[in-house]
Amino acid sequence: MDSIQDKLSKDEALLAKFEEKVQAGESVEPRDWMPEAYRKHLVRQMSQHAHSEVIGMQPEGNWVTRAPSLRAKQILLAKIQDEGGHGLYLYSAAETLGISRKEMIEQLHTGKAKYSNIFNYPSLTWADIGAIGWLVDGAAIVNQVSLQRTSYAPYSRAMVRICKEESFHQRQGYEIMAQMMKGTAEQREMAQDAMNRWWWPSLMMFGPHDTDSPHSADAFRWKIKRHTNDELRQKFIDKTVQQAEVIGLTVPDPDLKWNEQKGCYDYGEINWDEFNRVIRGDGPCNKQRLEHHIRVHTEGAWVREAAEAYKNKNEQQSINLN
Amino acid sequence: MTKQEALFKYTLRLGDNALILSQRLSEWCSNAPFIEEDLALTNFALDMIGRSQALLKYAGELEGLNRTEDMLAYRRSERQYYNNLLVEQPNGDFAVTMVRQLFISVFEKYYYTEMQKSSDEMLAAIAAKTLKEVKYHLAHAEDWVIRLGDGTGESHYRTQKAIDDLWMFSGELFEMDEVDSKLIAEGIAIDLDKIRPLWKAYIANVFNNGALQIPQDGYMQTGSRQGIHTEYLGHLLSEMQYLQRAYPDAQW
Repeated sequence: MDSIQDKLSKDEALLAKFEEKVQAGESVEPRDWMPEAYRKHLVRQMSQHAHSEVIGMQPEGNWVTRAPSLRAKQILLAKIQDEGGHGLYLYSAAETLGISRKEMIEQLHTGKAKYSNIFNYPSLTWADIGAIGWLVDGAAIVNQVSLQRTSYAPYSRAMVRICKEESFHQRQGYEIMAQMMKGTAEQREMAQDAMNRWWWPSLMMFGPHDTDSPHSADAFRWKIKRHTNDELRQKFIDKTVQQAEVIGLTVPDPDLKWNEQKGCYDYGEINWDEFNRVIRGDGPCNKQRLEHHIRVHTEGAWVREAAEAYKNKNEQQSINLN
Repeated sequence: MTKQEALFKYTLRLGDNALILSQRLSEWCSNAPFIEEDLALTNFALDMIGRSQALLKYAGELEGLNRTEDMLAYRRSERQYYNNLLVEQPNGDFAVTMVRQLFISVFEKYYYTEMQKSSDEMLAAIAAKTLKEVKYHLAHAEDWVIRLGDGTGESHYRTQKAIDDLWMFSGELFEMDEVDSKLIAEGIAIDLDKIRPLWKAYIANVFNNGALQIPQDGYMQTGSRQGIHTEYLGHLLSEMQYLQRAYPDAQW
């Protein structure tokens, strides 16, 4: 009994020390002691982030073979390659918390781990590639810039690196939209249509209103999160509306209005029924995205097994030679 | 045929090979057996898009009809393409893609090594850049073919089948016509007869390391030098050219 009590008071002391350290703005390295709930929160968030990068390759990959010029194809492929690289980088960062990539992928396949809801929407025309780069990556950057100062050091380092590339993507997406808005009537129509379809889902990327956000309290106390969902969403809206106006796109929100007093835009009510429906699995592409990932992973099993078998054989041989 | 016309056709052929293979490799995007491999295949595709851009741009200049690299890529039809049949073959499984890549990268290693010495400065410069990339492609394909050949029973079976299925397209890599002979005489083009034995020896060695069999030489498919392709090319082009064809007045 004594030993359990000892352990409890020891854990309490560690926790107090941990919280003090985080409050002082110090970062947490993988070998440092951390509360189990902190570790779990980060595994959930980082694996979700990694999966989002990887699943996000699908809607963009949908247009790689149909990109309208050699340059456009090059830019798109390089972008998707960056996203895949971010996924890898984030899987490695999450692995420092004691979970393997294999486990994370299993959790994705069983539905235990999630990915960003935004990728459950389809990329229907070439303009969607512009909209994804500009709006989706644009929203992701706002979130990720804030995460650069997150308390867990490997995550923070990953974000610093990732943010540099994302801002490129955003500019490239915007360039596609700008080019189309300068083009033919059909191109302008395509661009506006993409804007109409991607605007609201992009706002939903920041998650529920602060009053309804389930994971926030701990995340703030431990400085995993430093800005609220609504703060980040507002920041995104304020910078994006002007960009839309410059190239002649209309933001599909009749309630959108500059609020002189607050110094920011007021915006209309987000359709939270849709948000919840897509999270529950009834978005246009939930089934397609997950099944694609499972299928590709399953179809590739023989390749991974062959690589493993070859490695084992050759290790065995070199042991025998020695 | 003038030297200029021959050089246009020759450059177009090289550009088409890079373009069509890049298109095939880019189909692997988000479809590879694991993420590192997805990135590697995408990387190769990017190398080849870059190469096709340089070559098609040069071809357009040689032709003198103001056709840009994009016009050459997106506004020609099946019968106006001159890539080898091998590069347009579907990706199949990972073994097919790697065997196809091995055949091509071994060829390109010897080909672009020679091309660096071409009396045509542009082709020589493109060759020097290309060769650096080809070395990576080759190392990657070679490693995989050996690993798959000497991996599991299933991977061996799939790889040997890929070799047997693609072998009939390998002969065409070495075909030459009047375009080649005209430019060889000028010190521009490469005598492919000299490359053939090197290619075969290299391939045989890789197969040996991967416990794989080199097929008996049977009939070799042919046609691309006359713009006659397999059925697969038409589908590849209709997908690739869709936007340019559907909206001919648009700039992207």
